[in-house]
Amino acid sequence: MSLTKLLIIWPGSPVMSMLIWIVVMVVLLYLARTPAHRAIHSLARVFHNAFRLMARSVMLAEEKLVQRNKEVLLNAGVESVERLIEREFHRVNSVVKRDLSGYPTLHRALSDQTTKIDEDYKDSSETPPPPPAWINAMEAVANLPSQGDGTVANILNEIHKTSVSQYKNTMAEYRKSVAERHNLLKKMMPYWRRMAQTLEQVGKTITGLHERANVIDNRMTEYEEIREQTDKSARMLTASSLTQFFISGFVLLIAIGGAVINFNLIALPMSEMVGGGSYIGHFKTANVAAMVIILVEVAMGLYLMESLRITRLFPIIGQMDDKMRTRMIWITFSILLVLASVEAALAFMRDQIAADMQALRQSLAAVEATGVAVNSWIPTVGQMVMGFVLPFALTFVAIPLESFVHSSRTVLGVAGTAVLRWLSFFFRLLGNISRYMGELLVNIYDLFIFPPLWVENLIRDKRQHQPEIIVEEEASR
Amino acid sequence: MKKYLTLVLILSALLWGCPDTTSYSRGVYMLLDTSGTYKKELKRAEAIINYLLGTLQPGDSLAVARIDSGSFSEKDIVAKMTFDKRPSVANQQKRLFKQKIDDFVQTARGSAYTDITGGVLQSVEFLNEAGAGRKYILIFSDLKEDLVKGHVRDFPIQVDGCNVIALNVTKLRSDNVDPREYYKRVEDWRSRVESGGGTWRVVNDLERLENIFEG
Repeated sequence: MSLTKLLIIWPGSPVMSMLIWIVVMVVLLYLARTPAHRAIHSLARVFHNAFRLMARSVMLAEEKLVQRNKEVLLNAGVESVERLIEREFHRVNSVVKRDLSGYPTLHRALSDQTTKIDEDYKDSSETPPPPPAWINAMEAVANLPSQGDGTVANILNEIHKTSVSQYKNTMAEYRKSVAERHNLLKKMMPYWRRMAQTLEQVGKTITGLHERANVIDNRMTEYEEIREQTDKSARMLTASSLTQFFISGFVLLIAIGGAVINFNLIALPMSEMVGGGSYIGHFKTANVAAMVIILVEVAMGLYLMESLRITRLFPIIGQMDDKMRTRMIWITFSILLVLASVEAALAFMRDQIAADMQALRQSLAAVEATGVAVNSWIPTVGQMVMGFVLPFALTFVAIPLESFVHSSRTVLGVAGTAVLRWLSFFFRLLGNISRYMGELLVNIYDLFIFPPLWVENLIRDKRQHQPEIIVEEEASR
Repeated sequence: MKKYLTLVLILSALLWGCPDTTSYSRGVYMLLDTSGTYKKELKRAEAIINYLLGTLQPGDSLAVARIDSGSFSEKDIVAKMTFDKRPSVANQQKRLFKQKIDDFVQTARGSAYTDITGGVLQSVEFLNEAGAGRKYILIFSDLKEDLVKGHVRDFPIQVDGCNVIALNVTKLRSDNVDPREYYKRVEDWRSRVESGGGTWRVVNDLERLENIFEG
């Protein structure tokens, strides 16, 4: 017996059977209303609480991540500022070594110059002509009245002549001494100039040091702010990291472009060395070999930059003693040089193979080569130069790579925080939705059983009104 | 020390244990119909061979054989070669191959019979021996077999993993009278190849030879 037949209560009238079933269902649902409401509420509450709990957990995780990000960021900031301050101190040190190490010599030179100038100055000081000792006696005699005495007049004339000639001699000597003084002052001029230059040089050095001191002061202020773990410093470091991330990412993209060009330069000739028909997995061995060469070049570039202490990706290299580090610099540079030479040779071979292939294709297509290629050595030399230069250019990938690695930690942290925040919001939303869905389900349930509910309401209203009517009737009696 | 040795041994075993044995080389066997009127089409066949020489890579194999009265024999192979893995050597081999084909086209004589089935069997043997990863049998013919009396060729052929491509399937005079003959001929070959485990294609537009290695 099929289910349809079982459901037909009123034989021959499926509509009546359906109506009877609906009535039965409504009655059953009405009877089960209270436990059903409780069940729906419980279910909604379970979902609501579960989602709230999940949201809370995610929020806690987000808070921890934010804290951790801040710690990492501040540590990185401290390290960065320490490096900057260290570099500034190195600069100050080199300035002091270069300019102020000769300060005693400079001091001596200045002292000598000052002494010389002082001596010359003393020599050049003006000495008025000494007045003759007998000038007063002569003046007294000259003032004597002659009283018409010729002898006295003659004597007085002689005295006058003598005094005039004495005056002339004295003035001549005075002029001579003034000229000598001027000569001495003239000789002093180069000394003055030299001293002015020396002092100017000292002034410049002192100004440079003053500027460095200002830079160090600013860095120290920044350092102190980071050490105090202020929000302002964290925000500044985050912004700086994001900028670094995008800039270094852009430079890395350029480097990848260079690597692709490099790969195309050496992939074809590599097939001459490792075979063009062999595969490693799904990849041609020649392509894998070319890629390996490029990656080795990049690795050597990283080691070289580490050894030069330009980057700090591998602390173990940075911590090596200077002798070992110098050895490492030479070894990595030699390997790079060899690889660059190999690449230049491969680029040359590529040109030869390409020309051979072109000739074969032309012969297969029965096309005669028209004319002679103009300046055919230019692409060959160009390829060789590119093959030689690109490995060294790839060396500098280490710098943006370091920035990218360091800044990506911050960027990933920020992205992770954002994801967790959104996840938390989503869970809270789901919690609230499940809560209100419970309410909605209860209302829909009641909608299905609205006839008995309506009757129930009517009866309830009637029962509530009945005592009031009795009271009113008793009152009217 | 012992720990490192164990690690090295495990790594060696892992690397030794899963070598990549997949062959990525291509093997192409081209059958040339030299019977009757079809001999005039050999210039077109030469163009196809030149295309193949320009397309095939170092490590690939190429053979060209003519469809004769009894094609299931080595003497009908015009030229066969597995190109060296070095591109420069492979280019030299291709030049040599082209020379052989040029000589053949100039001196080829028309054959009285057409044994396509024998040629296909011969090509399957060659391709299997060459160890090609992708096998192509190119039939440059009108697909009309004309066997020596007594030769038996109406049996199922085994072309597992082979891409059989009929090139330049020309219409015969009788096809013009009743085109159903042409379609029946092509369909018969399709069913023979596909029941033998191979794939079947017809490329009549020789301006689009790149279709040979597609699909």
